[in-house]
Amino acid sequence: MTPTHLVAAALAGPHLNPVDDVRQMLALHFMVNAFRAGAVAAVLGAVLGWFMVLRRQSFVGHTLAVVSFPGAAAAIWLGVSATAGYFAGSIAAAFVIAFVPRTPTGRAGSQESAVIGTVQAFALASGALFVSLYGGFLDSVTGLLFGSFLGVSDGQVVALVAVAGVALVVMAVLARPLFFATVDRDVAVARGIPERAVSVAFLLVLGCAAAEVSQVTGTLLVFALLVMPAAAAQQLTARPVLGLCLSVGLGLAVVWSSLGVAFYSTWPVGFFVSTFGFAVYLVAAGIRLVGDRRGPSTRRAPAPPPTTTPGLATA
Amino acid sequence: MSATFFVLAHPFLTSAYGAGTAIAVVSGLVGYVVVLRGQVFAGDALSHVAFTGALAALAFGVDLRLGLYGGCIAFALLLGLLGRRTGADDTVIGSVFAWVLGLGALFLSLFTASSSGVGGSGGTTGVNVLFGSILGLSRGQAWADVVVSLLVAAAVVAMARPLVFASLDPAVAASRGVPVRALSYGFFVLLGVTAGVATQAVGALLLLGLLAAPAGAAQRVTARPFVALWLSAGIAVGSMWAGLTVAYLVPTVPPSFGILGVATAVYLGTFIWTGISRRKRSEDRAMALVTTARATRIGAPGVP
Repeated sequence: MTPTHLVAAALAGPHLNPVDDVRQMLALHFMVNAFRAGAVAAVLGAVLGWFMVLRRQSFVGHTLAVVSFPGAAAAIWLGVSATAGYFAGSIAAAFVIAFVPRTPTGRAGSQESAVIGTVQAFALASGALFVSLYGGFLDSVTGLLFGSFLGVSDGQVVALVAVAGVALVVMAVLARPLFFATVDRDVAVARGIPERAVSVAFLLVLGCAAAEVSQVTGTLLVFALLVMPAAAAQQLTARPVLGLCLSVGLGLAVVWSSLGVAFYSTWPVGFFVSTFGFAVYLVAAGIRLVGDRRGPSTRRAPAPPPTTTPGLATA
Repeated sequence: MSATFFVLAHPFLTSAYGAGTAIAVVSGLVGYVVVLRGQVFAGDALSHVAFTGALAALAFGVDLRLGLYGGCIAFALLLGLLGRRTGADDTVIGSVFAWVLGLGALFLSLFTASSSGVGGSGGTTGVNVLFGSILGLSRGQAWADVVVSLLVAAAVVAMARPLVFASLDPAVAASRGVPVRALSYGFFVLLGVTAGVATQAVGALLLLGLLAAPAGAAQRVTARPFVALWLSAGIAVGSMWAGLTVAYLVPTVPPSFGILGVATAVYLGTFIWTGISRRKRSEDRAMALVTTARATRIGAPGVP
């Protein structure tokens, strides 16, 4: 069949025969690219999101995701590739947030969140400015904000894979000290883990991941892929490796099923991603609630950090 | 000076300045309490709900403000409920608002599809909801915004004392008979209404800045809560006026960017200012330590 026939077949709706439907989608090159880019985004989002949820940094994650919009808008205005703009925006914001001076009064939490909120709103306002400067088309604004998975090129897929590979390698190195520093900061510092450096490195990788995911889902819906599979996985298990695998699996399932459904629908893919993700999260929370009713189990309690130091053991 | 009069000669600018001032006052007041209570993320969530609410109203063909206020107040009450049951769990808030935002994307596409027949104004309206269109306010809308803002501001001022007390130390406040939970719900509703009214000025995506930046700046300048409360409102109003003027004089600058640019610059300025004054203070303290150390060493036993 020619592509025109395939599109016509797609518009006619699914056959309710999964094998046929999948074959029909995969015959279209842009759908193959969408599935590839979606898979990369889902894996990266799920891994980084798992640590983000563990560290209670959802607000930071959301801000890093959103600030890729002005980056992309500025890149289009300057005539550079939008992909570079996405990454530049997120990484710049990660640096700003990482080097916010802590307030001396001890109310660091509220002051820090005020800074994050200001960074986010200012970045979005700059995005509006850049769009106004390049005389932006409204379609491209909504495309940047809500994603257009149909236009992912081969080159973009390669770039996404390369960045994801680097980010995952960095995370593999960072994972153990980061987990330790998150679960028990004081003991980690006492053991000589450079807590500050680890946190900053994590923010930078999170920025990269957010920029990467936003090219598939649009900057406003990145957060769905970062927070929902990870939050669902952490409802189900506290074991780090199992939780990470679960998070990745759920992320992949959410993205691929959303792409599949959106292909046969006129509704935007972002709606399906966030709705399926939210459904997964609700189911996980329900399972946890039922488990709690049956009796308190120890499987979800946070993994205790190794508190027995060699010195104590001998004493 | 004549430029100012020229600005006020246009009716749409009078509406923008009038409504903008009222919205800035209420955003500054509410924003300070938001920052004090550590609920900036809730403000972030509300700003996205504002978008979904407004577009839902448009998609179903009712007045935009109905969806805006309805969505914001409903979500604010939900936040109050979630906060009571699970503590300040930003994962739950994040999951819920990410989904609400997905719904917003759906309503945007439905509305754009339905209105594309009559000149395709859907996309413009969607972007206006996201980034604000204060220069497009009609006189009637401006008056409505002024009235709503002043009502909310009056409510915040009326409950300011117990609210600040309950925010700083909920346990002690509760034991002194302050209705902490009722205040929490009441404040969330006020925050919801503020989000609704501010969305019309600076847009759903940017109202977070109007809440956070003046409040953060005020908090850095002074530790006294009631001074900071009014200072925050003052900074917000100043940013609004300066931003609107910049946007009027430089046509390519969107008003929302002008307003938030000024507010962010003020916040950045407080970082530099307190940084300098703190370094000066710590130098003074170091000098004082050196002098006292010298003074004690003279009389101290066992020191040659």
